Amino acid sequence: MSAVTLDDRLGTGWKKPPLITNPALRWGLFVSAAIYFVLAVGSIDVNWARVSEGLSRGWAFVTSFFNPDFVSRGSDIRDGIVESIIITITSTVVGILISIPIGLGAARNIAPLPVYIVCRAIVSLSRALNEIIVAILLVAIFGFGPLAGFLTLSFATIGFLSKLLAEDIEEMDRVQAEAIRATGASWLQWINYGVQPQVMPRLIGLSMYRLDINFRESAVLGLVGAGGIGATLNTAFDRYEFDTAAAILLIIIGTVMVLEYLSGIIRAKVQ
Amino acid sequence: MPVTHAANGAKIWQLRNRNQTLIRWAATLAAIAVFMWCWKRISDATTWFFVWDAPRIAADIGSRALPPRWSYMDKLWGPLWDTFNMATLGTVLALVMAVPVAFLAARNTTPSTLFIRPVALFIIVATRSINSLIWALLLVAIIGPGVFAGLMAIAFRSIGFCAKLLYEAIEEIDQNQVEAITATGASRWQVMAYGIVPQIMPAFAGISVFRWDINIRESTVLGLVGAGGIGLQLQSSLNTLAWPQVTLILIVILFAVVLGEWISAKVRGAII
Repeated sequence: MSAVTLDDRLGTGWKKPPLITNPALRWGLFVSAAIYFVLAVGSIDVNWARVSEGLSRGWAFVTSFFNPDFVSRGSDIRDGIVESIIITITSTVVGILISIPIGLGAARNIAPLPVYIVCRAIVSLSRALNEIIVAILLVAIFGFGPLAGFLTLSFATIGFLSKLLAEDIEEMDRVQAEAIRATGASWLQWINYGVQPQVMPRLIGLSMYRLDINFRESAVLGLVGAGGIGATLNTAFDRYEFDTAAAILLIIIGTVMVLEYLSGIIRAKVQ
Repeated sequence: MPVTHAANGAKIWQLRNRNQTLIRWAATLAAIAVFMWCWKRISDATTWFFVWDAPRIAADIGSRALPPRWSYMDKLWGPLWDTFNMATLGTVLALVMAVPVAFLAARNTTPSTLFIRPVALFIIVATRSINSLIWALLLVAIIGPGVFAGLMAIAFRSIGFCAKLLYEAIEEIDQNQVEAITATGASRWQVMAYGIVPQIMPAFAGISVFRWDINIRESTVLGLVGAGGIGLQLQSSLNTLAWPQVTLILIVILFAVVLGEWISAKVRGAII
């Protein structure tokens, strides 16, 4: 009796259960992650002299955020922003108009198999290709200017909206759609009164979200010559005019914040 | 849903009354007018001759671009490794920075709702609304071209995204568990480690894999502005009009993106 110490009576202490229960897998992952890190960090050569030299420039950029220069390149900034907004609006509208039929086609519960496969292929293609790469190709084909940007963002919108719309349609309540069909409605009436009311709130929310994304993307399309504020921004960076660049970035951040706020209100209203 | 009476007394059902209909018409008209004006601006800025010529140009580029120059693949392994590193290390770095921001931004863990939370929210919005290409542009100007600039661009761009999703997860945790840990007399950090962290761990793992997948996509194009990776080869191939190489690079990028999406889907499936 006397041999039993306090520790024995208390039993083993509680230990936090690990995230991955299999110890071999846990240690294997840990070791391979460590090896990868050593290899990866080793393969990045950082020119620290160049970095420290650049830090002062970085600091100049940070301070220029506190006195941005909206004026000296005012007309360029205004033209760029207006062009970005124009691209955003047109590409969102056209993208939504095209993505509705494709979204209907990509929903397995209302589309026949051949249509479904074609629409899903379009969606996958649009989602797999990066906007910038599409923009490069379209600029090569259609020439410089906002048309290439408009086409790029419309194409990207199709992939995004169709996929989410199709998923929403696939999750809809079948009973309502069935009820409309039972009244002897035609296919169009069935879609219009049975399906559309169920997915409309989400479609509006997603469209607002996409408008927001399209504006952000339109800000970089200019880098590859597809119109918008990006070209002005690129020039400002190349000339080390950090105060102008800061002004453009502030306008972009401000617009995105306003758009996000508005889309929040609209989404709260329709849902 | 107003009901009006026709001359013979029959009820006519309408979806909307007159004012609602008028407002709708006006709004539709305004929307169409705005769209048309925007379209006119685009049309004015476009050289339509090039557009009519586009099918011929596209066919011409297509004929030059095929078949892809497979032998160029030898030179792509290095950039591909760099691209992968930029995405992975960038995501890790972003998570390291995003976790404190998320805890400062979540309503139930922030030390001060009045002063610190708005700052954290501003960091989230600001880093999220600037595209990674712009970050890369900026960082190339500051710290010079190379993989390091791309890595930092990916990291900065991801802070906002990760922190936003993470702080939403923190705000949705079950308060009972936190209370239970607090009731044992745990300190603030112990509550964090045993009450909050286990609850957000699955969300955290899901978010990091999700962002990693997005970062693979984004890091493939960062080279266009000089930030290393496979985009650099794309840019030089485009500049020398070496279309067969461009085709090969696009195939490689597409393959990398699909692979990344597949891995991320597998890992998320295993977690959830």
